[in-house]
Amino acid sequence: MHELSLIANLFEIMEQKAKEKNSKKITYVKLQVGVLSGAVPELLETAFNIYKKETLASEADLEIEKVPLKLKCKDCGALTIKDDLVLNCSSCGSTNLETLEGTDLYLEKMELEIEDS
Amino acid sequence: MKKKEVMVLEDLLGSNKKIAGDIRKKLSEKGILAINLLSSPGAGKTSLLEKLSEVLTPGYKMAVIEGDIETERDAERIRAKGIQAWQISTGGACHLDAKMVGKVFSEIPTDLDFLFIENVGNLVCPASFDLGESLRCVLLSIPEGDDKPKKYPKAFFTSDALIISKTDLLDKMPFNVNRAVQESLDVNPKLKAFKISSVDGTGIKEFVDYLVKNLNKLRRANA
Repeated sequence: MHELSLIANLFEIMEQKAKEKNSKKITYVKLQVGVLSGAVPELLETAFNIYKKETLASEADLEIEKVPLKLKCKDCGALTIKDDLVLNCSSCGSTNLETLEGTDLYLEKMELEIEDS
Repeated sequence: MKKKEVMVLEDLLGSNKKIAGDIRKKLSEKGILAINLLSSPGAGKTSLLEKLSEVLTPGYKMAVIEGDIETERDAERIRAKGIQAWQISTGGACHLDAKMVGKVFSEIPTDLDFLFIENVGNLVCPASFDLGESLRCVLLSIPEGDDKPKKYPKAFFTSDALIISKTDLLDKMPFNVNRAVQESLDVNPKLKAFKISSVDGTGIKEFVDYLVKNLNKLRRANA
């Protein structure tokens, strides 16, 4: 259960970005969670809802997009999206692969309330 | 009051990755190979380190960073072998992170060959945290069962070497080594597999050769 420390990192980034934009309220947050990011979306959501109390994001909604594992074959160049955990090229079967997506955890975007100037 | 959407695209582990990158760079420049050992509790990480201390020294100089939730027990076992060891007690956290490793960094002797980092026993959380190692090794012991690689894929996906440990128990338990290796390779085709026993010494030489080869490679790259 390292999701709480990931969410603590998320709030550091969120609060810094909100400050840069002179916003005191975050209303929406979207995360991209790779299938091999090592984090469980449901646990991230639970941790987010615990952590958000008494922060700028106390009323924020969280959306999580699950990102599948996307591989590029270094031999034939084909792109493979994997939903099982057998890492080989769907086109030529090679295991000489580059991972393009699906292993990371990103704060994609958020929505802020900004005072009219 | 108006609402504004802001694109961020920032990695939640970005700050950890940055610290880990600095650690890796500094260790590589000093010619020190850092090895992050990952496994569930009781897979034999500390026993492997005790065994390695007998084989690697005095030819090579090694030290160990021990990660546990509580107690100095593992560091004491390593020190009893005459090896310098630092205990990091995470105080409840289920993994080491790069910042924790950074705290003992200034005490690491510059004439080391190998710096082993024994992570908190846990096959899940430690896999997400780069500690600045050059090699990551995941241990899977015979009593745990051969079906673990696909149940805990991240640890196997992010490792360089698979160590099937406690092979001295193979005749006492149903464990299909071929299945464990194949499932690990499915998740990570680049994994190098070793079968070892810290009790009878099986496979220790092969693993030491692998460590020395990687040490030499790191030093050539930084020469």
